[in-house]
Amino acid sequence: MSHLRRPAPKELQPTSFAFTPENQEKAKKIIAKYPEGRQQSAVMPLLDLAQRQTEGNWVPTVAMDYIADMLEMPAIRVYEVATFYTMYNLAPVGKNFIQVCTTTPCWLRGSADVVDTCKKELGIGVGETTEDGQFTMIEVECLGACVNAPMMQINDDYYEDLTPETTKAILDVLKKGEKPKAGPQSGRKGCEPIDGPKVLKAFCGCGAAPQDADASEGDA
Amino acid sequence: MPKLTVDGIEVEVEAGATVLQACEEAGKEIPRFCYHERLSIAGNCRMCLVEMERAPKPVASCAMPAADGMVIKTDSDLVKKARNGVMEFLLINHPLDCPICDQGGECDLQDQAMAYGFDSSRYAEKKRAVKDKELGPIVKTIMTRCIHCTRCVRFSEEVAGVGTMGAVYRGEDTEVGPYIEASINSELSGNLVDLCPVGALTSKPYAFTARPWELKKTDSVDVMDAVGSNIRIDARTGEVMRVLPRTNEDINEEWISDKTRYAIDGLKRQRLDRPYVRKDGKLQPASWDEAFAAIKAKVSGLDGKKIAALAGDTVDCESMTALKDLMGKLGSPNLDCRQDGSKIGGPRASYIFNSTIAGIDEADACLIVGANVRAEAPIINSRLRKRWRTTAGDFKVGIIGEKWDPTYKNDYLGAGPETLHEILDGKNEFAKVLKASEKPMIIVGMGALNREDGDAVLAATRAIAEKYGMVSGEWNGFNVLHTAASRVGGLDLGFVPGEGGLVTNDILDGAAKGDIEVVYLLGADEVDMSKLEKAFVIYQGAMGDAGAQAADVILPGAAYTEKNGTYVNTEGRAQQGWRAIFPVGDAREDWAIVRALSGALDLTLPYNNIDAVRSRMVELSPTFASLNVPTKAEWTDFGVSGDMKSDGFVSPVRNFYMTDPISRASVTMAKCTEAFVKDAAAEKVA
Repeated sequence: MSHLRRPAPKELQPTSFAFTPENQEKAKKIIAKYPEGRQQSAVMPLLDLAQRQTEGNWVPTVAMDYIADMLEMPAIRVYEVATFYTMYNLAPVGKNFIQVCTTTPCWLRGSADVVDTCKKELGIGVGETTEDGQFTMIEVECLGACVNAPMMQINDDYYEDLTPETTKAILDVLKKGEKPKAGPQSGRKGCEPIDGPKVLKAFCGCGAAPQDADASEGDA
Repeated sequence: MPKLTVDGIEVEVEAGATVLQACEEAGKEIPRFCYHERLSIAGNCRMCLVEMERAPKPVASCAMPAADGMVIKTDSDLVKKARNGVMEFLLINHPLDCPICDQGGECDLQDQAMAYGFDSSRYAEKKRAVKDKELGPIVKTIMTRCIHCTRCVRFSEEVAGVGTMGAVYRGEDTEVGPYIEASINSELSGNLVDLCPVGALTSKPYAFTARPWELKKTDSVDVMDAVGSNIRIDARTGEVMRVLPRTNEDINEEWISDKTRYAIDGLKRQRLDRPYVRKDGKLQPASWDEAFAAIKAKVSGLDGKKIAALAGDTVDCESMTALKDLMGKLGSPNLDCRQDGSKIGGPRASYIFNSTIAGIDEADACLIVGANVRAEAPIINSRLRKRWRTTAGDFKVGIIGEKWDPTYKNDYLGAGPETLHEILDGKNEFAKVLKASEKPMIIVGMGALNREDGDAVLAATRAIAEKYGMVSGEWNGFNVLHTAASRVGGLDLGFVPGEGGLVTNDILDGAAKGDIEVVYLLGADEVDMSKLEKAFVIYQGAMGDAGAQAADVILPGAAYTEKNGTYVNTEGRAQQGWRAIFPVGDAREDWAIVRALSGALDLTLPYNNIDAVRSRMVELSPTFASLNVPTKAEWTDFGVSGDMKSDGFVSPVRNFYMTDPISRASVTMAKCTEAFVKDAAAEKVA
């Protein structure tokens, strides 16, 4: 199990936590979404909010305690949620948190090469953070973008249809402190076939007139 | 009421029952790990699989609601195979360390593996190992053995009300325990050991001491508080090894407090195992004859009014009966079973828990006056919590007295009598709650009654009970919560001052002044011994505590595990416990000591065996005529209206883990005190 799935050592744990005034407001709105008596359901969005607020993109134990107090639930119930879901980091990560999918579809499409490229370009192994604290890379299980395999997630964005070259390009842009364009790196827009859309062409502005489209669909 | 067929047997179960319960109704045994009658249903161990007609696959019977017309098979080949599969999966990561596991011999997994296990493992990979958790002085953990049934998680959340245990991480990495190292700060934590179906949570004090098949099991009654929890004492070769709960739905369900369970190691220390007589200012070992002779020399010819007797908190009714009769023969009216000087002892309804403990399950509001129920009677507190949980928070609790954490939602109303006045005048918010409820109850603790104005407080609480309809028809919600196991029995027997007799405080003052020359302490250790310096003190009891130090003659008695005894709990329910082991050394059963002494004093009491004593008890009070059922008390006038002092009520139990000579001598209780009681930790630092 990755060290990110274990609580950070005491030396790294901050001694106090509180939402910023803006996040206080957001938290209030989030809690208000749930029906009376079900406020504890807000635990997941609040943990996410706490993770985004914390330097190092993680949820310290004090933040979990803070949320437990806020939602009037035992702290252990918050710990259970935070330790179950892998989107919550229990220890600090780099500024760019790279999660490369290595589940079967991505692996068949070359995810091993993507991992190797990251290792080579960043000089770190799986689960490690660069010395400057800019990058952390881990392998993850299926992120649900198999049509565009292989893929990786960096912070909130998906980068899909990767090759070693495009992977390197993305990392280079990130190293400059800029943000690369998210989505498929192969030129396709979404999850249509790699050689262009086959259906509803008329509506996406990339094919024949509607009546023809009907006929061609029938053929296919 | 759904009707279903289980293995061809037609059964009818209550609506809302599960298939598992229906199977049990039909007399079929369903193996299980995670399912527990008193906890919420988790359905995660899958051991209780049964075959259900028209279902595509086996169903977990514990989580399947019983429905009309279901056809269930519990003994088909499919069921057997499915359970074998579940067992094989459970054993994948379970270590095969039964020979060194304390659960061995009473392990659900071991037992069920006999029926559903395979003779060898097909699993060649490495087993996983899990780090042990540190849960404090009572629960020992070997977490690699955990099968993730989450019974402990549900117990601590639901029954104990402390959210310490959880199932953290996920999948293969799942661990049960606290995320951050934390002891289980609950008075009920010992029950986790009983609940754990495997050897993951075992008893720390009992670790590696005995195997279950070596133990002689004796049914008994707990004396550590006034709840009268039903217990089973397990002993081996004349030594009490452990105490376990016995199920009694009306009292302790199947839980007991940690003090009940673990204070027994105190019985191995500081015991009085032979008579002592004070000679030249020092207690010297003596024979029984010498001890009796010393008493005779002092007592003969003495005016009965100069003799007094006090009964302690853990003594049995038999010995109190004998001592009461002996005092009668000596012509002394000075006897009292209320060491704390509490102002109780009027009509029976004024000193018992009238609604009964099971009655809490019907109440809809509760006012707690001067009692820290969690420390004084954790079992009753868990019952209150259960009521609060099952009503989804509609059970309103108001607390007057000290602030304490009851583990359920409550309204803290105030510290003392002033708040009682407010409620009586209807000025307090909680008065509305009481008014609106159908079956309100009041729990009056010793903290409210052991004061000088106890009579007035009693009258005020009675007035509240009257005003808010706490006593109506069959329902009597006026409850007194005792802290001493012997108290109600003593009051029922009339172990209280006779005509012109003195109460505890007057006896002590009299002894200090020299008016009282002989004080007979029957297991009484909680009084101010400095006032007894002038008097000739006879101490009869099992433990060498404060009373024994102040004594001139010590008569070694039997502890509660070493005698047949009757105890009346706070509900007024008489229960009998049996002797598990023989008393240590020369010690004897207490009633027999008093009987022997009466012979030595030429005042022979008219009973030669315990049955005769018990017949005498029935003569003294009808309580003892019907065992195990609380007799209803007539609602009459009691208390003396008067001014109450403004001081807040203070619970007499300052430290749950140490309340009597046995628990004070207990090593485990000392460790718990250090771990859990804040004041003690602070004292240590200071």
